[in-house]
Amino acid sequence: MKAATTLQKAEVAQYYAQMVLIRRFEEACARHYMQGNIRGFLHLYIGEEAIAVGSMASLAPEDYVVSHYRDHGHALARGMDPRIVMAELFGKSTGSSGGKGGSMHLFDVSRGFMGGYAIVGGQLPIATGLGLAIKQQGGKGVVLCFFGDGAVNQGEFHESLNLASLWKLPVLFILENNLYGMGTHVDRTHAAGRDIYSMADAYNIPSGQIDGMDLETVREAVGEAVRRVRSGRGPVFLEAMAYRFRGHSMADPSAYREQSEVDEWRLKDPIERFRKTALDLDLITPEQIDSINGEASETVAEAVKFAEESPDPDPGALYENVYA
Amino acid sequence: MPHTVMREAVARGLRESLDRDDKTFLMGEDIGAYGGAYAVTRGFLEEYGPDRIKDTPISESVIVGAAIGAAMGGSRPIVEIMTINFSLLAMDQIVNHAAKLRYMSNGQMSIAIVIRTVTGGGGQLGATHSQSFEGWYASVPGLKVAVPSTPYDALGLLRSSVKSEDPVIYAEHAMLYGARGEVPDDWYEVPFGKAAVRRRGTDATIIGYSRMAHVAAEAAETLQTVKGVSAEVIDLRTLRPFDAETVVESVKRTGRAVVVEEAWRTGGFAAEIASTIQDAAFDYLDGPVIRVGGVDVPSPYARRLEAAAIPDAERVVQAMEQGLGI
Repeated sequence: MKAATTLQKAEVAQYYAQMVLIRRFEEACARHYMQGNIRGFLHLYIGEEAIAVGSMASLAPEDYVVSHYRDHGHALARGMDPRIVMAELFGKSTGSSGGKGGSMHLFDVSRGFMGGYAIVGGQLPIATGLGLAIKQQGGKGVVLCFFGDGAVNQGEFHESLNLASLWKLPVLFILENNLYGMGTHVDRTHAAGRDIYSMADAYNIPSGQIDGMDLETVREAVGEAVRRVRSGRGPVFLEAMAYRFRGHSMADPSAYREQSEVDEWRLKDPIERFRKTALDLDLITPEQIDSINGEASETVAEAVKFAEESPDPDPGALYENVYA
Repeated sequence: MPHTVMREAVARGLRESLDRDDKTFLMGEDIGAYGGAYAVTRGFLEEYGPDRIKDTPISESVIVGAAIGAAMGGSRPIVEIMTINFSLLAMDQIVNHAAKLRYMSNGQMSIAIVIRTVTGGGGQLGATHSQSFEGWYASVPGLKVAVPSTPYDALGLLRSSVKSEDPVIYAEHAMLYGARGEVPDDWYEVPFGKAAVRRRGTDATIIGYSRMAHVAAEAAETLQTVKGVSAEVIDLRTLRPFDAETVVESVKRTGRAVVVEEAWRTGGFAAEIASTIQDAAFDYLDGPVIRVGGVDVPSPYARRLEAAAIPDAERVVQAMEQGLGI
């Protein structure tokens, strides 16, 4: 957060609360993964919270969000009920997909949260198509499409940027560059170097690179990009630089990176930075911080309790929503 | 009843869909200004304009993926993938996404898209342009697969496909666009999962689909005239769902079954049909279920070689002689 901030007090409390909720939620996920309550692949968003929260702040109810497999943060920031998300991770019938989706496949169509997609790059064509539907129907909505640095070397990335630009579709492509595609550093996967956003030039899409660990920067950049996209002038591409403090998934001990690198990035913790500056600028009080922290822990505890107490899916659910 | 060719039957179905619902649009490579690689959509761009007849870059993955997204957003896309060979480039979108989203979202969304594509060999187009992958798609829960062999079915199945709230692979055979047949002026539909008995018979059942339904009929005619053998011919019309009931009922009456398929014999959909027959009608069989499939080689270019790789009536009759003593 900058010294001369545009943030209002009410917003500050709200953004802080959302980021803390995501952090506590993910920490609870890690615990319950270790206890065997959550299985499969589990990708935590810890360290990247400012991107989801800062981005969603500019959205209207009619807008769409398309995410990847590290999708808990996006889902919660878009307003999904933590209980329903946790129940999904526990594989329970009360989960967002009745236990049939799992961590990588959260959906809440009622909030325009059109899914977490787990094939790297696979969500970009779909986001492009949502933009096409908006344009065809004369809507004012926009599509926020999140993806990681791993996705930009997929053909689907290039096909999607080209088509979205060619047809001037209302899509905001947000690259969450956390420097590693699973365990491989971007320096070893990108011929064009670190400034991935410059790839958008080839498709005549305006682009920029931002500090994805600073909430206010994200909020301002995404806000401006959303306004442009909503005005019908075609897609925009933002590269948000970030870092995940945990491994790629819970199965990853992070052997490919130095602890010193992790420690260095931890100093930029988006929640700590936001809290400190907000306190310095008197936009939040220590009492509020305590109260928000307490509420987040309580909400997550309730979500876990709900998930634990929910029933497993009925065996008959296996065949539901099968048509061919 | 009026006659038409397959190409015109498909075009009629597409026009109807565009006329009946303004959320319907077509999207694909060279479907507009060029008129379609197989000329199905000739004249459409002039009739409906570029917002509804959308020429795309050669980007199969985003063509299908954008159709999925557009369907989520309330549009009704009908996409053309120029040939089924190129659909491999969209396999991620078709198999990982279109087929899964309704299930993974627990019914929060359904993906109402029709993917028209062109299957089959016979045109000396070589190894990468002559394949038949509809059987692969038919193994995927979450996809419907239509394989019409007549103009009547082409229109009737297209109507059912367009009405479907879930994704459909609609495979037109490259060598059947000029096939003639009766198509009534009155409205009708051909439902998914209902095979057609093309010829009644008592001694054997020959099962085929798409162009191989014609080959099956030709073989049955030869058997009747040359050997006095009465073969029943079943045209599956759709592979998923697959009408096991009609097939099994027929085989129980005739006691002999032959499945003809243009795709490679190894791992073909014919194996699934053969297995279904043996599960459900084993005690009725007077011999093994015979499969006649494409030869297990990449499709060659030269005319003689290509012809040798694709089943024809003669090979069907031969296989029945050898395998069933007919």
